[in-house]
Amino acid sequence: MTDAVLTRLAGLFGELLPADAVITDPVRLRTYDCDGLTYHRATPGIVVLPDTAEQIAAVVRLCDEYGVPFVARGSGTGLSGGALPRTDGVLIVTSRMRRILEIDLQNRRAVVEPGVTNLAITEAVRDQGYYYAPDPSSQQICSIGGNVAENSGGAHCLKYGFTVNHILGLEIVTPDGEIVELSADDPGYDLLGAFIGSEGTLGIATKITVRLSRAPEAVTTLLAAFTGIEAGGQAVSAIIAAGIVPAAIEMMDALAIEAAEAAVNCAYPQGAGAVLIVELDGPHAEVGHQFAEVERICRESGAFEIRVAASAEERAAIWKGRKSAFAAVGRISPAYIVQDGVVPRTALPEVLAGIDRLQEEYGIRVANVFHAGDGNLHPLVLFDDAVPGQGERAEAVSGRILDLCIEHGGSITGEHGVGVDKSRYMPKMFTEEDLDTMQLVRCAFDPRGLSNPGKVFPTPRLCGEVPGVRKGVHPLVESGRAEQF
Amino acid sequence: MDPELIKDCVHCGFCLPTCPTYLLWGEEMDSPRGRIHLMAQHVEGTPVTDEMAGHFDACLGCMACVTACPSGVRYDRLIEETRAVVEREHVRAPEDRAIRGLVFALFPYRRRLRAMRLPMRLATRMRPFLDRVHPSLGAMAELVPPPARPVRLPPRVHALGRRRATVGMLTGCVQSQFFPRVNAATARVLAMEGCDVMIPPRQGCCGALSLHSGRDARRFAKRTIAMFERAGVDTVVVNVAGCGSSMKEYAEVLRDEPEWAERAEALRVRDLAEYLVELGPVARRHPLPVSVAYHDACHLAHAQGVRSQPRELLRGIPGLELREISESAICCGSAGTYNLFQPGPARELGDRKAGHVMATGAEVLVSANPGCSMQIAAAVRRSGKGEMRVAHTAEVLDASLRGLGARALGRA
Repeated sequence: MTDAVLTRLAGLFGELLPADAVITDPVRLRTYDCDGLTYHRATPGIVVLPDTAEQIAAVVRLCDEYGVPFVARGSGTGLSGGALPRTDGVLIVTSRMRRILEIDLQNRRAVVEPGVTNLAITEAVRDQGYYYAPDPSSQQICSIGGNVAENSGGAHCLKYGFTVNHILGLEIVTPDGEIVELSADDPGYDLLGAFIGSEGTLGIATKITVRLSRAPEAVTTLLAAFTGIEAGGQAVSAIIAAGIVPAAIEMMDALAIEAAEAAVNCAYPQGAGAVLIVELDGPHAEVGHQFAEVERICRESGAFEIRVAASAEERAAIWKGRKSAFAAVGRISPAYIVQDGVVPRTALPEVLAGIDRLQEEYGIRVANVFHAGDGNLHPLVLFDDAVPGQGERAEAVSGRILDLCIEHGGSITGEHGVGVDKSRYMPKMFTEEDLDTMQLVRCAFDPRGLSNPGKVFPTPRLCGEVPGVRKGVHPLVESGRAEQF
Repeated sequence: MDPELIKDCVHCGFCLPTCPTYLLWGEEMDSPRGRIHLMAQHVEGTPVTDEMAGHFDACLGCMACVTACPSGVRYDRLIEETRAVVEREHVRAPEDRAIRGLVFALFPYRRRLRAMRLPMRLATRMRPFLDRVHPSLGAMAELVPPPARPVRLPPRVHALGRRRATVGMLTGCVQSQFFPRVNAATARVLAMEGCDVMIPPRQGCCGALSLHSGRDARRFAKRTIAMFERAGVDTVVVNVAGCGSSMKEYAEVLRDEPEWAERAEALRVRDLAEYLVELGPVARRHPLPVSVAYHDACHLAHAQGVRSQPRELLRGIPGLELREISESAICCGSAGTYNLFQPGPARELGDRKAGHVMATGAEVLVSANPGCSMQIAAAVRRSGKGEMRVAHTAEVLDASLRGLGARALGRA
């Protein structure tokens, strides 16, 4: 893409948007060069800050017309580089679209703009006894549009499901600039389901209808301290085996506890090699019964201290340590990589032992934070970027952890998405044919490959980007099993 | 700008929802994360451009991001260092330079301030005209409160009953000129709680205004330290949030002069509410049947971490009903000299805050910073909802301790 085209585009955007909504100053542009994953950086060609879906559609239409790639960004907190800009493209930032358009408690839904933060939805309905269930750790700032793109999870997804389970409808701008409505009530293919988690490759969500959930009658949060990770893991398996589905089961290891302690003084029990946070919610009677069970199981698994939050403040204090854990690691290490992988719960001990071996082999420390209930690991690989070679070693450890996950029948991402960071691991999980099939879905929405190119898929393929790797007819098309759009 | 401090930022974005300018404009470069990115660019060799300076100037310095940051980034130090760099390396437009010159030549000097009181009153009538000359002049004219009768405080106020402590008291520049009654109330409350209060006469500026604007504050800091040393106190009680927070930073400000840094360390600086809670109440609280909304001044809540103490003191007054203001962690837009230099965003933030304050339905707004009170009162006035009664925590306590009732509270 030539600068001349970008200059021309910037001029055209200026006619569509207010002057302060089109950014071309290089110093300003650079502040958008990465999202929550700072490892990958690229200064966008142009940044636009639209205020309406129509403005986004108009911007996208111009991108389509000029063949310029575009990337959508919400609050820029993603951890897989899903909102990494293109130097030759346009970054469409939704942070000014943060109006809650409609709250319909009777039908338990709200309609919001994509830049509204996850927590803002809950705050808007909390007094009426409702909330928005998915709760990524960054919920106070991550945008709902970004949640839709990444199908974000959170600690409470064990019981309540991911973003996809809480979105009832979307208004999207397709990669050719058309405004389209998708609804959970639509007959036929579940296009809503296809769009959620597509990481910006199928278009941009501009209006989101979310499900509001009734706040549970009772919530009990318990913090159990163990001497080591194994005992904690055992407790997790025993709780699930007992038929209990807690709202959340979270585990942190000693290093993660140290970081959280340094950051927010969460005052977790001294000498804990692992802490387990178990939250139960539901009707009083059920929670009471389950709580007794969980407490018993934790004790039997070797918990040396169990604390129960007696108030909302104490509950918040317990969660504060966990929810700030990622950023808190900044207190104990100059740099780190947040990894996100999934393993079957039963494989947890083996995988953790494997991570231990990697730490020794590479001389790199790894702090572990995880959604233990659904086997979603968040190893934090610590390194000092001032020490030559450490960054590379950390990167290697990080990659090897994903190998471990795949070997044990897991996945390379639980909730952070593939983005730019993990696209290279996709071939380890999927065959060529799998990836080609996914690509056909993408082509149906984005035949020119302009919508967030370079993400999710390892190499430019088929309709997408610059066809280089594979030219000619797609094998699935050739065999008559699929049709090229 | 210390590259090590910049590196502490992991780009998580947790600061964004607490940043007033990000709330207003929703753009990265007007968020703490974005400003740190700009600082990093400068460290890497990008000169201070007009755009860059604009984004630094737009920062209120409210420090809400410091409270929110899980990685412990010292944005407070970063922005102070940055402001000094901007002052040094950036050439502002001539009219902005003139306005800044006027403010820095006026506000830190109580005698000049006193001389300006009458002209400033006249200026309120000329506001539309002044606004056209420069928006900062218009803002100044709008903010200035009605002239207050000067209160002369004795150099020493004796403790009532058994003496429990001897403390120094800072009278502040703007505080002493526009809110002398707050100082009188502070001295009385301290005395009634058993403190001998040393009030050195002819106090100068503590340096807050300079420090928060990237100017050299060392002269002011040394003067203030020496003054309280002469008064023979090791604890200074401050009733202005902005002054308290910068006095607590003296050792940092004077770090290049070890002897002075040591003297700074020896001086214990406490906010009034913080000190009173540490001391524990002895004086009898008389009922004060009134509803108050307590406003967290940024330099108290974020910079000094003093949130619970003022609330505890207010709740300790029988009959007083304390109401919380929503979005309490967000700045009102006053921010020291911010509402003078950046009148546009300051006004927007003021309106936003005034809306939340009025929504509480409280009769009196209580805060521990004269700037906040002036700012919010002006915003309420602008909304056409009449005059908001504003009082300092010290005045509320004073009214209760003296059994004056609530009628006069916060009335001019």
